[in-house]
Amino acid sequence: MTFRLVVEILPKDGMLDPQGEAVAASLAGLGFDEVSAVRVGRLVSLTVEADSADHAVRRGEEMAGALLANPVMETYRVEVEVR
Amino acid sequence: MSRQAVVIVFPGSNCDRDVADAFFVATGESADLVWHTEFSAGLAPLAILPGGFSYGDYLRAGAIAARSPAISALRQHHRMGGMVLGICNGFQILTEAGLLPGAFSRNRCLHFLSQDVCLRVEENDSPFLSDFQPGEVIDLPIAHAEGAYQAESVGPDRGLRVALRYSTKDGAVSPEANPNGASGNVAGLLDETGRIFGLMPHPERNADPIFGSAHGGRLFRSALSAVSRHG
Repeated sequence: MTFRLVVEILPKDGMLDPQGEAVAASLAGLGFDEVSAVRVGRLVSLTVEADSADHAVRRGEEMAGALLANPVMETYRVEVEVR
Repeated sequence: MSRQAVVIVFPGSNCDRDVADAFFVATGESADLVWHTEFSAGLAPLAILPGGFSYGDYLRAGAIAARSPAISALRQHHRMGGMVLGICNGFQILTEAGLLPGAFSRNRCLHFLSQDVCLRVEENDSPFLSDFQPGEVIDLPIAHAEGAYQAESVGPDRGLRVALRYSTKDGAVSPEANPNGASGNVAGLLDETGRIFGLMPHPERNADPIFGSAHGGRLFRSALSAVSRHG
């Protein structure tokens, strides 16, 4: 089966995120006062062949750990949608 | 004399020829450029990963190059007793490959920084630093956008061997002397053997006396004298 995986990558809590800080400042400048924190990450979309959704997610997590995210400073979450 | 040093060139490397020129100016020995697919362990005692934007900095700086066959060969080169110098993007490749600990994020200011910095030498128990004294302050240029070193801990208790920290010209390691937001003002790291050295500043851009103190040239001469002693 073909699945589309979405890998969401974010800076770990406590890690320096100057992009997030800059975006937060810009939003505040536009009057969005309700924003208290912004983290800027990355989203990777993958189309994969797998036996099951669970299998696809497992493989996606392996890919995230091996290359897509840097576990030293980033966390990741893999979600699947059946195609 | 057999070949002493090679510079590994990836698509997007752009300081490769500068390093080779500076190495020659400082030491009188050639450092040959080697395309990454042609690199193998045993080519030369010293392998240099130059600055630039390998693979366009896609995904994260150094991430793609770190997973290339050339880096597998580099691991073997190191296991065989070889020395590895990673400059700027080369340092990023070494952390991405896990050959040095930690990682890099965008500069705190978000700008690309191109400026001279002062660096305090923290230790000299490495073939790259035998010509330097601990506590000595040297100056080298930096030129990077993703230079903020990140690590869970930057203390010696975690086995991290910090070789260079951003400092004032008097050697004070302070927030004011930190150009990019690096944890612990870390600018250069050694592995546990001392034979892998990664640094964000560019020694090749201050290796010839016409550029100033030429402290970068001392680094190349230290490395070459170690190669000559052991090789």
